[in-house]
This record gives sequence, structure tokens and C-alpha cells, in this order.
Amino acid sequence: MKNIIAIFKKQIRDTLRNKTVLIQFLMFPAMTLIMNHTVRIPDMPQNFFVNLFAAMYIGMAPLTSIAAVISEEKEKNTLRVLILSNVKSYEYLLGIGSYVWLACMAGSMVICISGHYDWKTGLIFMGIMAVGILISLLIGAVIGIGSRTQMMATSITVPVMMIFSFLPMLSLFNGTVAKIARFAYSEQISRMLGSINSFELTAERIGVIGANIFIAALVFAATFRKCDLS
Amino acid sequence: MNVCIKADQLTVRFSQEPILDHLSFEVPEGMIFGLLGPSGAGKTTLIKVLTGQLCQKEGKAELFGKDTRSLTAAEHGKIGAMLDNCGLYERLSVYENLSFYADIYRVSRRGIPDILKSVGLYEARKTAVSKLSKGMKNRLSLARALMNHAKLLFLDEPTSGLDPVTTREIHGILTEERKKGTTVFLTTHNMFEAESICDYVILLHRGNIIERGRPADICRKYDHLNKLHITLTDDTELTLDNNSASASAIKEYLEQDRIRSIHSSEPTLETAFIELTGKGLQ
Repeated sequence: MKNIIAIFKKQIRDTLRNKTVLIQFLMFPAMTLIMNHTVRIPDMPQNFFVNLFAAMYIGMAPLTSIAAVISEEKEKNTLRVLILSNVKSYEYLLGIGSYVWLACMAGSMVICISGHYDWKTGLIFMGIMAVGILISLLIGAVIGIGSRTQMMATSITVPVMMIFSFLPMLSLFNGTVAKIARFAYSEQISRMLGSINSFELTAERIGVIGANIFIAALVFAATFRKCDLS
Repeated sequence: MNVCIKADQLTVRFSQEPILDHLSFEVPEGMIFGLLGPSGAGKTTLIKVLTGQLCQKEGKAELFGKDTRSLTAAEHGKIGAMLDNCGLYERLSVYENLSFYADIYRVSRRGIPDILKSVGLYEARKTAVSKLSKGMKNRLSLARALMNHAKLLFLDEPTSGLDPVTTREIHGILTEERKKGTTVFLTTHNMFEAESICDYVILLHRGNIIERGRPADICRKYDHLNKLHITLTDDTELTLDNNSASASAIKEYLEQDRIRSIHSSEPTLETAFIELTGKGLQ
């Protein structure tokens, strides 16, 4: 546990000086605050920007930041030194993962506050975000563990992140895309956030998100076994 | 004296090609042990096996009497390592890097200023690692290896690419560590480094040990390579064996007052290596 806390604290210090990762955490919450309070379009659905940016935040921030952090540590040999210092692979991943998860949850909190929800709806909002961030974390960790360099991680992260973060927005404009997008967790989360005032967990939502978690966990386990960090 | 590191018929193959080929050696506690060889000789691979980062399938490798494939947290706690690539957090400061490792090693942060002073980095403690020179990064990497008061230090090319002053400072730190009873296992392709600070060296070539012993003993063994280089007053240059057979010729030149200079070239580890392999160490 001490190693996990040490890695967590180290990552806080490191992120505050890492503009590339820091911007991932701050960009969408800041954009939501600004857009939600300044842009008014006739017939615009309630909390349009909150729902849109929340779904994009889930698909982008955790995925890109954890992939960037892990691949950087691999490339710059810091992970090798850590493992040599008797830090277990799972301790490292838990330290980094919990940090990225909490940082994204803090960003989600800002988005949630922008939505002016009552406390009950706010809790549901944060719960939905927590699940979405977790799935993205698993996908990002797979990319980070499987990549030898940051360059390699970025080249994989960008298309994956584009698919998951832009699917909810594209499905708004195209029925065919919407039919395919419903199998992606980010789309289901976007739909849940869109109807958060009359929130209900349908079988489809549970099924799709459950399947997404299962597949992500399976791929994560396979990658972790194959490319063991140690 | 207790044995700190033991390798017995240690073999590592990549795609059936032996990178380390049946290596056997022992490192007693409290000595500076040098592994000397050119790039690609297998030095880094050997460090990886000994530190448990790479598992061999043939032969034995032991640290503190335990197989390196099953080192426990307690054994890891006795090891400090300075690897070929520094592995430092570039955005964190010098102090933050060490304080992070203090947490990992479960040692008090109060000792950090003393360690920083010993490696000459105290003044730069607030500087981000990315702004340090290569020599400073190497010293910080060494400081990190010293943090957990390791009984065994693995140093992979600790002075590679450093200026003579920094190199001498690092040698001073290593000598101090030896006095405290720390065993130092270092790899180098610098013969002067090996000769000046190592108590015992093995010469590695293509994964094989081709020579071993105290640096002075190895040099003595290749004394037949000891030559005298004579420059005569008419600019003629002569090379004679440094033995009694050359005495009469030298005496004759001296009597004729024809010698401008005489230099002897005693065998070094490098000349021994060249004699054995036909190649240099660099």
C-alpha cells in the first residue's frame, strides 16, 4: 500500500509539470464551464454541452493520459528502476490508475457542477462518469503496457480515443452511426447522461457496458500477461 | 569472507545465440568487482540476470546465497542499482526524485541532504532533473542507488561519457562505499577505471570470460608485452623488449650519447585484452 501511495503522490507532482497530460484533465471541464454559461442556441436541449463534453471527456482524458504515463515510464527506463526497487507491477498500475481515475473524477465534478444538478442527480452523474472512466482507463492501460515508446502509444491512442470520444457526437447527426455506436460504452454513457433526469438502467445499457468492461478487462489481462511490466 | 554474488555455468541465449556462455565466478563481500568488456560483450545482460530482471534457463546465479529468480523484498532491499539509462523523473527536482525513492525504500527523508552533499548535488537540489548535465544525472542516479544503504551496488557504466573531474568524484564515492563494507559490481569498458578502483576484474568477450584476476596481476601476466621505446638523437625510433636482452644495445647507445628519450610501455588491461582477442575495449 505504501508503494501505491508513493507512486500516487509522485504522479501528482509530475502531472502538475506535464502540460501534455495536464491539458487532458482540464480541457473539457474548462470548455464545459465556458460553453454552458456563454452559448445559448434556440431549442438547445438542457445541459447540451455538459452531456456532450462529459462523454468526450470519458473517451479522451483517462485513455490518453494513462497510456502516455505508462509508455513514458517504459521508454525512459523509470519503470525498470521502480520494478528493480521491488515495486510490483500491480502496485505501479494501481498507483497510476487510481491517480488518473481520481483526477478525471475531479474533472467530472467540475462538469457536474456546470450542469446545476440536484444532489441526487449529481450522484448518478458522477456514478456514470466513474464507470466510463474506469473502462477508458483499462483501454489506455492496455495501450500503454503494449507500447514500447510514447510515439508508439500516441499512434495507437489517437484513433482509439477519436472513435470512443466522437461516436456520441457523430451519432447525433447520423442514424447509421448511431446504430453501430450503441455497442460502445461511450455512446451508452452519453445516452444515460442525456436522460439523467429520468435515469433508468435498461437491459441494453447494462449489457453493453458490462460487455465493454468484460472485453476491456480481458484484453488488459492478456496484454499484462504478455508484456509483463517487470 | 562471505560470497555476495555467485554465478555457476550461467548461460543466457537469445534466439539460440549465447549472449552469456557458461560464466562461473564469485564476488566476495566488500570488494569493487569490475566487469570489463567492449560494447556487446554481455555486461548489461549479466547485470539484468543478477538483479533478477532477466531469467536465465541454464546455470545458476545467486545473490546473498539465493537464486536471482526468486529474490524476496528483503534481498531487493540490499541492492542499489545505477543502470545504463539513468531512469530519473525529468520533470521532478533532484530532491523530489530522492524523496520519492525514500518512500519506496522506506527510509527516512532526513538522510537526503547528506547523500546529496556526498555526491555534490546539494546546491542543485531544487533543480529539475531535465536541466542537469549528464554528469549530474549520473551522480543523482548514484545517490539514488546509495539511498537504501545497499550492501551491494550494481553500476552499469557509471562514468561513461563523463569528464575526468566527475569521474574522479564518482571513484571517490565508490572507494568510500567499499570502506563501509559495500560490495560494488561495476561494468565498464574503461581500462583506467578498472585498473584504478577495481580489486578484481573479469574480462568479458562475446559472453565468455577470457581473463580474470587482480588488475595488477593480469598486467604482470602479460609482461612480455612490456616494451621500451627509444628515440635517438638522429630521430630514429626503436622499440625493444623491456628485458635483459636489450641491455647491451641500450648501453651502447648510452655510451655513444645517442639517446634522446626512453619510454617504457607497461602492459595494461587493454593491451591484455587486445592480446587475447585482437580487438580493443572501446
